[in-house]
Amino acid sequence: MLQRIRGAPPRYWLVGVVVLFFVGFPTVISSFLASEWAQALILAIAIMGLNILVGYSGQLSLGHGAFMALGAYTSAILAHHFKMDIVATIPIAGLLTGLVGFVFGIPALRLSALYLALATFALAVVTPSLIKRPAGLTGGVQGIILTQPDPPGFAQSAYGFLTGTAMTSDQWIYYICLFCALILFWFAWNLVRHRPGRAMRAIRDGEVAAAASGVNIAGYKTLAFGISAFYAGIAGALFALATGFVSPDTFPVSLSIQLLVGAVVGGLASIPGPLLGAIFAYFLPIESSQWVPSQSWIPDQIASTVKNAGPAVTYGAVLILIMIFAPNGIVGLVYRGYVALNRRLRGAADRETGQMPPNPQTV
Amino acid sequence: MGRNAARLAAVAAFLVTLGACGGSPAPAAQTDVGITSNSILLGTTNALSGPAAAYGTIANAENAYFTYINGQGGVNGRKITFKIYDDAYNPAQTVPLTKQLVEQDQVFATFSGLGTQDQTSVRDYLNSKKVPQLFVATGATTFNKDFSSNPWTLGWQPPYQGESRIYAKDILQNHPNAKIGVLYQNDDYGQDYLKGLTDGLGASASLIVDKESFDVTAASPAAQLAKLKAANADTVFLFATPKPAVQSLVIITALHWTPTIYLNSVSNPQIYMAAAKKNGAALANVTSVSYIKDPTDPQWASDSGMQQYKTIIASCSTCKPDDGFNIYGVAVAYTMVDVLKQAGTNMTRKNVMDIAANRLNETNPFLLPGIKVKTASSDHFAIMQEQVITWNGTGWTLQGSIIDERGTLK
Amino acid sequence: MQAFLQQVVSGIAIGGIFASLALALVLIYNAMGLVNFAQGEMAMLATFVAYALISRGMSYWIAFPVTLVLAFGGGVVIQRVVIRPVERAPILTLVIITLGLATLLNGLAGFMFGYVPRSFPSAFSAQTIDLLGVFISYRDLGVIVVSGLVLLAVYLLLQHTTVGLTLRAAAHHPEASRLLGVQVSWMLGLGWGLAAAVGAVSGIMVAPILLLEPNMMQSIIIYAFAAAVLGGIESPLGAVVGGLTVGVTVNLAGAYIPFVGGDLQLAVGLAIIIVVLIIRPNGLFGRAATRRV
Repeated sequence: MLQRIRGAPPRYWLVGVVVLFFVGFPTVISSFLASEWAQALILAIAIMGLNILVGYSGQLSLGHGAFMALGAYTSAILAHHFKMDIVATIPIAGLLTGLVGFVFGIPALRLSALYLALATFALAVVTPSLIKRPAGLTGGVQGIILTQPDPPGFAQSAYGFLTGTAMTSDQWIYYICLFCALILFWFAWNLVRHRPGRAMRAIRDGEVAAAASGVNIAGYKTLAFGISAFYAGIAGALFALATGFVSPDTFPVSLSIQLLVGAVVGGLASIPGPLLGAIFAYFLPIESSQWVPSQSWIPDQIASTVKNAGPAVTYGAVLILIMIFAPNGIVGLVYRGYVALNRRLRGAADRETGQMPPNPQTV
Repeated sequence: MGRNAARLAAVAAFLVTLGACGGSPAPAAQTDVGITSNSILLGTTNALSGPAAAYGTIANAENAYFTYINGQGGVNGRKITFKIYDDAYNPAQTVPLTKQLVEQDQVFATFSGLGTQDQTSVRDYLNSKKVPQLFVATGATTFNKDFSSNPWTLGWQPPYQGESRIYAKDILQNHPNAKIGVLYQNDDYGQDYLKGLTDGLGASASLIVDKESFDVTAASPAAQLAKLKAANADTVFLFATPKPAVQSLVIITALHWTPTIYLNSVSNPQIYMAAAKKNGAALANVTSVSYIKDPTDPQWASDSGMQQYKTIIASCSTCKPDDGFNIYGVAVAYTMVDVLKQAGTNMTRKNVMDIAANRLNETNPFLLPGIKVKTASSDHFAIMQEQVITWNGTGWTLQGSIIDERGTLK
Repeated sequence: MQAFLQQVVSGIAIGGIFASLALALVLIYNAMGLVNFAQGEMAMLATFVAYALISRGMSYWIAFPVTLVLAFGGGVVIQRVVIRPVERAPILTLVIITLGLATLLNGLAGFMFGYVPRSFPSAFSAQTIDLLGVFISYRDLGVIVVSGLVLLAVYLLLQHTTVGLTLRAAAHHPEASRLLGVQVSWMLGLGWGLAAAVGAVSGIMVAPILLLEPNMMQSIIIYAFAAAVLGGIESPLGAVVGGLTVGVTVNLAGAYIPFVGGDLQLAVGLAIIIVVLIIRPNGLFGRAATRRV
């Protein structure tokens, strides 16, 4: 056993450290910050779902907020009208949304990438109006208020034992989100390394070639839609839990865009990408308007312009800059830096042995 | 191994950076959170970006009033600091931002948070934390009506339902045979107005021959208005925010239709009427109600309250003085300061809430003459008086006396 | 019957608005195979420029062409500064860039001009024509006529001029064009400039009807997308026909399908479009795309 651990590849160590970090993090920060990080984790789950669809199977969706809305409302309605334990509704919400996504994926097969993007965008646009209609079920424009669960006894005592302070419900919700995120990231990791993942990537990189090698294109494309929607549904249910409230305005078009931005900024077709993208997509809009004006080294004029121009300008500008300077997202940037560093180190070694470094163009 | 060490170092750096962002744990609660010997900390969430960004200026106008008060020495020697966060009119952002105001910034109270759904999303939270959620910027009836179950929440402006009850009264008195067509926005705002009208008409609710809803995201309400016309309505209610309301006024004229028009107060500032007129609206037989002074109305040009408003708003570089939302912001901030002043030395959340909910009796210089901001232990609706106004071609004429709707909403 | 015709006519009127913006979308698509999510915001900002010029005393008829030139320049600048660095990046990167641009321009307009809806002068009178009890205003007609003129101009440019040919060649076969000595990147800049100018025409035409404010185009961009897609995204004629079809369909669905009502108009309109796309995946006027392998 020890031998196996010692022999594990370095990235396993990295994963272990990150997991430990996310487990231990909320014990040293305030309950409020834990609730913010819970939201970031929820986004990470939804973005991972989108990543499976966009990054691995090559189908573009601008409407994943609609699937989150479905998950959130499923959970809220079950908890509110049918008095179910809200934590127990999470898998139901995920499965139902996954099923709907699977069905949605069938007509999507007929649409080219661009039209699929617009069709899903349309879905995102009409989501708030669709929610308002069955007012008896969804609460209409009033929305549904949910009671946030208190931490159960075992969590209370474990947390109290470790930190000596009482666990708040925000912290408990954080751990629920973390638990779901861990399972779903682990599942995604397994998925992309095995047959379905390979099939999806083959389809993404060339449908004809994939079909020629016997990949069931329609099957895997709809499967990707279903899995992706399942992730969004779980994220939606957690979203309802963490926010304690669902209403039509909670699921604007900008949510779908935020998800796509997170997926692309983090780095498509990678496992850590969605996590990094979620942290970016969640914190940038919040921090961009608060951070700049409060930094003393930024000239007053710039700071006050940023403050007056509002968060939209900062957000848009940062987004464009990131896409220009890191078109493959944060993961791509890190990878590029790693390769460059490696090459430089290797290059130095090679010079000593009198060999030419490889031509950078061919790498 | 060297590579592993480098990786671990990178991870460590990442963790340290994240930890640094985390900050310190929250200090223990105090009895007078947000109050020091020389300062009062208030916070708000408003839509500075996104679809409802037009409202964002309210927060800036409020801040301008607090700056003005601070310039005069503050409230009993304490200066007001006002934290404004942008929730983009999205309840999912209102929740974390409000938690940030309460748990991290440690505000004394939230003040004038915008939006029905947004403020509903944090009402339970603020009440459970016993943090005042004062004078929310929405006319949804629930914020005053349900005071007994949410004793830390209070609205300010006249509730939408109260306003449409005044219209109902006007209909029953002056147009008892009206055939009413209603155009309403398909959100809490439009639906609240519609409910007030239906309730106010009571047994005569059958006067409503047709009601058509539109979504705020729609490009134009033309189709709905054509339907109302086809239903032979001779009286039209426009329960719509300024943009669709102006469009509706133009479309009604374009349809060669001349119904009696009732226009909700949100959309009646003169800049919108002028815009409608420029675009070809006839503006015949338009009735509305008002409780606040319109900055573009020449009849207030030499009014001392209006002059004070102009001085205050000049200090806000992004505020347009003609924008009706700005005088709203200044007026509600006036009430807030009034409450804080009355609290005097007893600057506790409980006392401030008690004054706001039960002991308010104020003449606000930015509201129409005769209108009182008043609460009592039996009635927590702060403003329940409005005056009927009619459009005379160039401006609004105040009609009759102030109508008091106090006690109709329970 | 009269009520029905009135619904059709107001549908055509609003459809003209959708068509005018859809034309700009089609231009960009022809110029670089991209759907520009910032198109509406670019048009809105250009309209604000015209507004600023007019309110400083410039006559409408001078401000109009000046705005078009400025919008053209703005489009070229945006292409050079923001799009060019990522020209060869995957389409998704470009989509995100245009989304970022949309957010940026929207915030910028709000910062510079505020959010109060303003009236904007129109070249056409607000009077209406009475066609046997069915009414349409000169303004609505004006939008349709101007859209028709823009359509004609775009068609002539794309199909009957060397510039148009080069533009399309650069978009669809960049490598081959480069070999033939075409300045591909500058052609793309030209495409952006033209689309921005067409968008500006759209903005100036619809602002008197929709009222000018930073979110003016957001309510119509989704319909414009639908119109462009329905017409087959590459075809300018398709965009106009698509726009009118969407306008009429949405109005009639709202008026005559009881379940729909006014507030679900959009949903029904879009559902119809998706169904059309499933039956005809390249839109009404689109040619079958060759499958890229």
